[in-house]
Amino acid sequence: MDALQNKAAELLVAKTVQVVIGYGRGSGGAARAVFIREASKAHSLIFDGTCRQNLAVYLMKPEVRQLGKAALVATPHALRTILQLAAENQVADGGLLVLAVPASGDEIVPLATFAAIEAHGAALDNDMSAAEKAELQKFSAMGLEQRRQFWEEQFSRCLKCYACRAACPLCYCTRCTVECNQPQWIPVPAHDLGNLEWNVMRAMHLAGRCVDCGDCSRACPVGIPLHLLNRKLAGDVFAAFHFRSGMAAKVDNAMSTFKPNDPEDFIR
Amino acid sequence: METETRSINHEALSKLISQWRSEGKQVLAPKKNGDKVDFAWVTSLAEVSLDQVQTVQSPKSAVFPRVEELFAFHSRDGQVVINERDLAALPGTVIFGLRPCDAAAFAALAAIFTWDSPDSLFSARLAKTVVVGLSCPRADEYCFCTSVGGGPGAATGSDILLTDLGHGAYLVEIVSAKGRQMVQAAPGLFQPSVVKEKETFLAQVDRAFDLDKIAPALVALFDEPAFWAEQSRRCLGCGACAYGGPTCACFDIQDEGGVSGKRLRCWDSCGFGLFTLHTSGHNPRPLQSQRWRQRLMHKFAYMPERQQVIGCVGCGRCSRACPVDMNILEHLRAIAEAKP
Repeated sequence: MDALQNKAAELLVAKTVQVVIGYGRGSGGAARAVFIREASKAHSLIFDGTCRQNLAVYLMKPEVRQLGKAALVATPHALRTILQLAAENQVADGGLLVLAVPASGDEIVPLATFAAIEAHGAALDNDMSAAEKAELQKFSAMGLEQRRQFWEEQFSRCLKCYACRAACPLCYCTRCTVECNQPQWIPVPAHDLGNLEWNVMRAMHLAGRCVDCGDCSRACPVGIPLHLLNRKLAGDVFAAFHFRSGMAAKVDNAMSTFKPNDPEDFIR
Repeated sequence: METETRSINHEALSKLISQWRSEGKQVLAPKKNGDKVDFAWVTSLAEVSLDQVQTVQSPKSAVFPRVEELFAFHSRDGQVVINERDLAALPGTVIFGLRPCDAAAFAALAAIFTWDSPDSLFSARLAKTVVVGLSCPRADEYCFCTSVGGGPGAATGSDILLTDLGHGAYLVEIVSAKGRQMVQAAPGLFQPSVVKEKETFLAQVDRAFDLDKIAPALVALFDEPAFWAEQSRRCLGCGACAYGGPTCACFDIQDEGGVSGKRLRCWDSCGFGLFTLHTSGHNPRPLQSQRWRQRLMHKFAYMPERQQVIGCVGCGRCSRACPVDMNILEHLRAIAEAKP
């Protein structure tokens, strides 16, 4: 923790960055995002097992962007998010200083360029944990009818509060499809059809882009395991295209790149 | 006048719920689902969860459903025909096992829905609803009912208030005429009460701030954008706070269908950027900090001024539900102590 606090103070004193986006202690022992702009406040930064929010979500918020150049305390998922945002031309190379904190804790790895993030990220274990694999396996093993019933029950509780969308660093559109009413693509009301279409549409828009940080599920107040949809689609995209999001800053995104030699006939 | 009291045991309570069901009433009560407890329609006491501090959502959906059909419409011979809702067909409802803060919240909701022109659907639903509250034996760090005029054993808003005395026995306080009717309709289930003092069975919730300071402080802070930016920077602008909360009443109107269809009232939130976006493209609250300010101003300055009721009951749901730990109690403390 000392290494992180010292590094943050040093960066702010040297005016290398104007803000350090990191974690501080919040309610009930949880971590919360903090935006440190003065070296004297760097001592409130923490990093431990409670620091799970993908802070890259704040890179797309206007009120954070206006603070100036940022240093961002990044978990492995946040590193992948930044590369995916780069691949979508949403962040500029060199415009951000990433502070990677290895699981061991007391060491900070500053990463100033996308190439540095790529090199650092490639050396990490980006695979799912055994528990995550087991959860996905259980879900994938369901038959179609069982799966339909499972999601119908889950989505019946969806309030359409859009916490999943707000917490997702890759759901950064300033105007979401669900909010277009002329024409209306998706029913706005939180009834069965509206909830099904909303959640399926969001999952489809994240296919090949989601980095599996799990913040959608953590944000959902009613506990819908939304990450399962995204994780399943990430597996399908990998199987079809050998593509994993967030590993490189310049990529042909799996679901949004047209190639004249596409093997499928319908697209040519 | 002293509150009329009875006692009831767990077995009789179970029979009472069965009786309500046989009378055709629907019963909304806390129910466990995975690691969450939330209000759900139940058919027996066995389904009800009573030991949580709070549920994820409030029971406001009983009177203000998240999607409510206001009327249906169709076209006949070039004329638009409106089919109003049949208010008499709305079912009788018992909300069972809600906390005193949630019971108190119906006054805030009613203040909004009956402010200028009374909302007929809301009023009809509320008139057909009986509120059976349950005092709080425990609280957590997010609870602050005593700072906004409530309390872990406050009876206001309940028709009947139960307090768990342990060993399957409950103290019954008959708070309203509706409550008295309910007790009279179930002879044999209620017994004379032995215990009159419930204080030892209640949670301790210390007052966290001086409510009288909040509205003047908010008004003084209105034009301090840096204060609000600092308070709200981590806010993501979702609706988890508003949708879970018992007093949030914002809604949006959606029409579904074409020549024939329905007009629906849906929950909305002042935290959404689109909430105030004008057709012209102008947005009077373009920043999340302004929307956070509005959330607090509405509950603690505008509602007390216009409707003589505080728009918050201190249930703490918004803080618990917030994905980024926007803890309203912490913000209110800061507001009460701010020196603009």
